Amino acid sequence: MSASSTAKAPAFVATTKAGRITDFVDARVGGSGILREFGRKVFPDHWSFMFGEVALYSFVILLLSGTFLTFFFDPSMAETHYDGSYIPLQNVEMSVAYSSSLDITFDVRGGLFMRQVHHWSALLFVASIAVHMLRVFFTGAFRKPREMNWVVGGVLLILAMAAGFTGYSLPDDLLSGNGLRIIDGVIKSIPVIGTYTSFFLFGGEFPGTAVIGRLYMLHILLVPALILLMIVLHLFMVVVHKHTQYPGPGRNDGNVVGYPLGPVYAAKAGGFFFIVFGVVALMAAFFTINPIWNYGPYDPSPVSAGTQPDWYIGFVDGALRLMPGVIGDFHFEYVIFGYTLTLNVLLPALVPAGILFTIMFMYPWIESWITKDNREHHVLDRPRNAPTRTAIGVAGFVWYCVMWAAAGSDLIATHFHVSLNDVTYWLRTLFFIGPVIAYIVAKRVALALQRKDREIALHGRETGRIVRLPHGEFIEVHAPLDEYKRYKLVGFESPVPLPAVPNDHGIVTRKEKQRAFLSRWFFEDRVAPATPAELEAAHGHHAPAVEAAEESKSLSH
Amino acid sequence: MGNHSDGSPNHSGTVATAGQNEVEKFQDPGLPPHRLRLADTDPKAAKRAERQVALLFGTSVVGTLIFLVAYFAIDLGEGADIATIRLQNALLGVGTAFAMLGIGTGIVHWAKALMPDHEVSEERHAIRTEDDRQAAVRIVDDIVDETGIKRRPLIRNTLLGAVALAPLPALAIFGDLGPRPDKALSHTMWAPVEGKLKRLTRDPDGTPIKASDVTLGSAFHVIPEGLNELHEGKLNEKAKAVVLLMRLDPASLNPSKGREDWGYNGIVAYSKICTHVGCPVALYEQQTHHLLCPCHQSTFDLTQECKVIFGPASRPLPQLPIAVDDEGYLVATSDFKEPVGPSYWERDEHERIINS
Repeated sequence: MSASSTAKAPAFVATTKAGRITDFVDARVGGSGILREFGRKVFPDHWSFMFGEVALYSFVILLLSGTFLTFFFDPSMAETHYDGSYIPLQNVEMSVAYSSSLDITFDVRGGLFMRQVHHWSALLFVASIAVHMLRVFFTGAFRKPREMNWVVGGVLLILAMAAGFTGYSLPDDLLSGNGLRIIDGVIKSIPVIGTYTSFFLFGGEFPGTAVIGRLYMLHILLVPALILLMIVLHLFMVVVHKHTQYPGPGRNDGNVVGYPLGPVYAAKAGGFFFIVFGVVALMAAFFTINPIWNYGPYDPSPVSAGTQPDWYIGFVDGALRLMPGVIGDFHFEYVIFGYTLTLNVLLPALVPAGILFTIMFMYPWIESWITKDNREHHVLDRPRNAPTRTAIGVAGFVWYCVMWAAAGSDLIATHFHVSLNDVTYWLRTLFFIGPVIAYIVAKRVALALQRKDREIALHGRETGRIVRLPHGEFIEVHAPLDEYKRYKLVGFESPVPLPAVPNDHGIVTRKEKQRAFLSRWFFEDRVAPATPAELEAAHGHHAPAVEAAEESKSLSH
Repeated sequence: MGNHSDGSPNHSGTVATAGQNEVEKFQDPGLPPHRLRLADTDPKAAKRAERQVALLFGTSVVGTLIFLVAYFAIDLGEGADIATIRLQNALLGVGTAFAMLGIGTGIVHWAKALMPDHEVSEERHAIRTEDDRQAAVRIVDDIVDETGIKRRPLIRNTLLGAVALAPLPALAIFGDLGPRPDKALSHTMWAPVEGKLKRLTRDPDGTPIKASDVTLGSAFHVIPEGLNELHEGKLNEKAKAVVLLMRLDPASLNPSKGREDWGYNGIVAYSKICTHVGCPVALYEQQTHHLLCPCHQSTFDLTQECKVIFGPASRPLPQLPIAVDDEGYLVATSDFKEPVGPSYWERDEHERIINS
């Protein structure tokens, strides 16, 4: 039976050698179906869509450079005496892990370069994920049907931070050792299980001889495998949903406008990988990162002033710094039923990060509950057109930045010659009022920008040309927009607050009242898009002026 | 007419001819007309772009060569100084950067200048169809039905029980990741061994400190005698036992009841491990008698028995009781009277055991 069916199939005979190889593969895996589906798939183009690409590409660079480093790195905490070529540390007692990191730096050709590429791309990886998530948040790209992909992205952010932290500790130098010491202190503050958790992580008392090997395994196997899995899920969903697009003429929720994957988009995206790699290489060439040879091996006794974690851990470290241990006579550490509860460590280490990530993960559902918006969205919001969401995002961002700045409170104090205590008091104040101010300012700015858009849509843009009318009046000529530019300014939704409605039993539930309250808060301040009728009215009003402008133009020629 | 828009006759009538039902909203004018690039109309410009792309690819080749030359020509043999390594690093980086940026910018320039730049529109398809959904529901129903799991609750319940318990061994098998903490955190190397008091010695060389060497205003980083001779767990012991030794005017110290004899002639010793999260409290401000932790800026006042006066720590630094032995060396008269370092759940229990 199979013989007869193959006989019936139209015989395709490839003529070229490449064609024959392609045909061989295609006949066995059905590649032409895949190519037909993806070869001309349309992707919208915008500079802000590149942050996610940067993240993906820096992950690829991390895999490449990290694999190289594993060939030379030895994660053992056994004691050794350094005998490599870096003279200042000759014969110093240190761990094998630190000694092999020095060997990579000084005795493996290109090893320092690879270490710097790895560290810079790790910083870039977390940064690009964070900026990508800000872009997704502020443009509303997390809305249905992409809520799950937003969550996957959040998991990726956490995994990226975990990968960064486990890697940061591996060289076993003084700086990273103090970082581990802080982690140990935070773990020990966890009620009931803290001490056990610390002993299990370090294989006994801090620092022990186990932790580097364990972090190494997490860093090169478990965490990257999870990241890879999440990236696959993330990209799979991007394909299923197709990419979002910015609003504009010709773009709506039913279509996707952009360049076909082959050749333009593939060329741009593929070329961009090399650009990212090139920029990372430049940074690695000229900017020293993590000069472990200056820090020396880990020793629990010394510490250098101005210690800083990698940037993405900064907000937790800053929160630890901001929390007062004692207010007046109240100590945040107290004894409860004979056990020690140390809230001055526990609260700042867990609560701000917990709040940020919980709200981040839940936000798509919070917003759709308030707005009752269950439609699919493929066209993005310009941030100004969703003033309350933008304000919430800016408030959260400012809160994060206050904590992040606090991680450098000592450097702020020394650089600007101000008192360290004052810097801390100010940042403690900003921790509470910073987000409030940011919310109010961001919302007003967004509304003002919307009003400006309306103004431009109705009256055209200012040309800077002042014209004197026959009766002596001076006016500035406004140039009207073409309909494409105008549509970009008016083609958005401006929902009104949704009042509480009774459910099927005719009862307005308390939850529904809360929702209505939040809906009012969300949409109360709104600027409606300009309408054709308004434009007509505006033109009627301005007609003489514009005509005068035309006149003057012809006169001047 | 021309007042309304850009003046092209095809587009200027939008406002006037808007559909009856859509007067409230602007109509989507559709994709803007495509604008040709210079390279689309002028063969010279296209040729120029082609040469530019080739030039960029050429720079990439140069970059690769720079890398190879820097790799092989610079010798990191014996006695290579840091300047040589930095030079090689810079050249390897520049080479890689040229190699990568040449390819990257070349491809992007090629795509932007020469490949078709027509934006195309594609329909989006429903993520699922109602047909698929119903078929899937039927399939799931059939599968559940064929297993009979709803009709045979005994199977279901025993399976749930078995699956719920099965991960326990996976948890238990991690039990040997570390030893039980027991009382390990509650004592340090300072405890006298067989009645012999431990001398205070300098960190890191381990030479003992005479009381007469400690001048007014000076500060010493201190480790216990015998730490450097440990073969195992040296860092573990050091992480608990490091001490700061300072001498102040005895009048400025205000020892509380029971601690009057913990210092000697204005010399006092405090644990160097911060009570916040365990960084070394390494900065001593001689004028103000403050100790500052550089990690999170907890500040302790020596004249008030290292009470916290600023920052996130909540507890004073533990004091090490010291005295002078027959030869004039400083010794610890006992271990710390409380666990050192960051707080932990069993800390108060341990403190009570130490003091009982």
